[in-house]
Amino acid sequence: MVLVVAAIGVLFPVYYAVVGSVMGPNDLASYPPSLFPHSLHLDNFRDVFTVIPLGRQYLNSVLQAGLITLSQLITSVLAAYAFAFLPFRWRAGVFGVFLATLMVPWEAIILPNYLLISGWGLADTLPGLVLPFLVNAFGTFLLRQSFLQFPRDLRDAARVDGCSHLRFLWRILLPLQKPALAATAVYVFLSAWNQYFWPLLITSTPTMQTLQIGITQLRDAEAANPGLILAGVTLSLLPTLALVVFGQRFIVRGLVAGSSR
Amino acid sequence: MVSTDLAIASTRAADTVGARRRRRESFIAWLFLLPSLVGLGIFIFYPLVRSLYLSVHGNDIFGGAGAYVGARNYAQMLASSDFRHVLVNTLLFTLLTVVPGVLGALAVVLLLETRVRAIRVFRTAFAIPLAFSAASASVVFAVIYNPAIGVANGLLGQLGIDRIGWLTDPSIALLSVSITTVWMQFGFGVLVLAAGVGGISPEIFEAARLDGATGLRLARSITIPLLGPQLFFLVVVSTIQALQSFGQIHILTRGGPDGATTTLVYSIYQQAFAFGSSNFGLASAQALVLLLIVLACSAVQFGVLERKVHYS
Repeated sequence: MVLVVAAIGVLFPVYYAVVGSVMGPNDLASYPPSLFPHSLHLDNFRDVFTVIPLGRQYLNSVLQAGLITLSQLITSVLAAYAFAFLPFRWRAGVFGVFLATLMVPWEAIILPNYLLISGWGLADTLPGLVLPFLVNAFGTFLLRQSFLQFPRDLRDAARVDGCSHLRFLWRILLPLQKPALAATAVYVFLSAWNQYFWPLLITSTPTMQTLQIGITQLRDAEAANPGLILAGVTLSLLPTLALVVFGQRFIVRGLVAGSSR
Repeated sequence: MVSTDLAIASTRAADTVGARRRRRESFIAWLFLLPSLVGLGIFIFYPLVRSLYLSVHGNDIFGGAGAYVGARNYAQMLASSDFRHVLVNTLLFTLLTVVPGVLGALAVVLLLETRVRAIRVFRTAFAIPLAFSAASASVVFAVIYNPAIGVANGLLGQLGIDRIGWLTDPSIALLSVSITTVWMQFGFGVLVLAAGVGGISPEIFEAARLDGATGLRLARSITIPLLGPQLFFLVVVSTIQALQSFGQIHILTRGGPDGATTTLVYSIYQQAFAFGSSNFGLASAQALVLLLIVLACSAVQFGVLERKVHYS
């Protein structure tokens, strides 16, 4: 019973965002407040595209989060392979340096990064949006953990058969690491898609901005019609909602890896 | 004679082959690490050094670093009553988000554990806010908090309670932002603790139940102690997340009213970017304070984990 009340409390803002998005101004401003629509206002979903360049911003967000995810996957796989399978000098020390970067709060170094990217003339561009996030030690950490579980015999056998490192990585290791790769990808995509501070600083024209910035501008532009704001929010939630509902076990896996670090 | 020579020769050959292979593997290792090292160097280590540099320099009119000023930015920061206000806000905001967030998630997980059948549905329900970004959560809460048409005041009105200036009353605003933050991060806590409960072997619960432990007793003497590592992790991570919160403050209150919701991160933003101030020196000094606080939290976490490893 307590649980049901808690669940209703937690889900209410979600319900309100989705249901409010099809309410007209009369429903949303009524007193006592109406909690379900008296008439369907699907117009909100059409109008929102005219207030902000939502389609373009959707594309920007997909490109931004997609590029960041792809790049972090590739660089993390390579680095994790080196840490897990290849002997080299200062291996423990270099790994310590990687781990140390995870403790640095991004907000503490956002100003020098802003100066760097705008100094390169990349403010308000897609490269400027993604460059600082193409590499992150989190994926390396999570994948190394998983690579270390790989049976040594199997790897030695492959090496004796003359299998090169890249071939072993691509043909044998990665196909067996799909859950760890998925966990990394889900985590990285979610955090990239949900970014706010950096896109707010580095982009200025509406057609270069991401969805997260766009929906907050709906608030400034259309305070008189909350349904429109909620329609924008609902659209922006579709990819992450799908990931949370269907990719939950990968999120849990990422969390568990995080908690054991 | 001949056979020992041969043996020596062959070990030497093996040595050189082995050494060559090791050199090759070490070369490949550095090649594989190169992209990561370059990225971390440019976008984390170089900015750290530049932060330090900016914090001991003044500003020219273009926002670039001016003359060397030593510790002046730090002295100015520590002497200002605004900065003390910022630190108090940061501490309050951290307490207001971490304590209810962790206790709430713990309560939910302890209740979940007793209703095994519905567990998946409930866990998904509690995880759904994870899909919300700081921006989307804040925009939805801004509509809910709206003083005139918001559903929060609407429902309170039904109960006969006067309208509350959720975001405009200086004594309420920090609480309102905290509520939004707790809501956003609640699912994370539930997932972490639920994974912890899932990791406890069922025999322990079985044995405790055979001994007649139920409900609160089971939670107090079995589940909560065994969840120690997850609870500790959750407290540290939520604290770090609270210290880094930016979006919900920027969208809901812009640090106001009257500075009531200006936390350390928001103050850095204001010094560097808001009101055309571009005070990069002062902003960098504050950024280093943030860095030190977060590093201290990580160090505590690391230290405790180390000790746990040693004792087990």
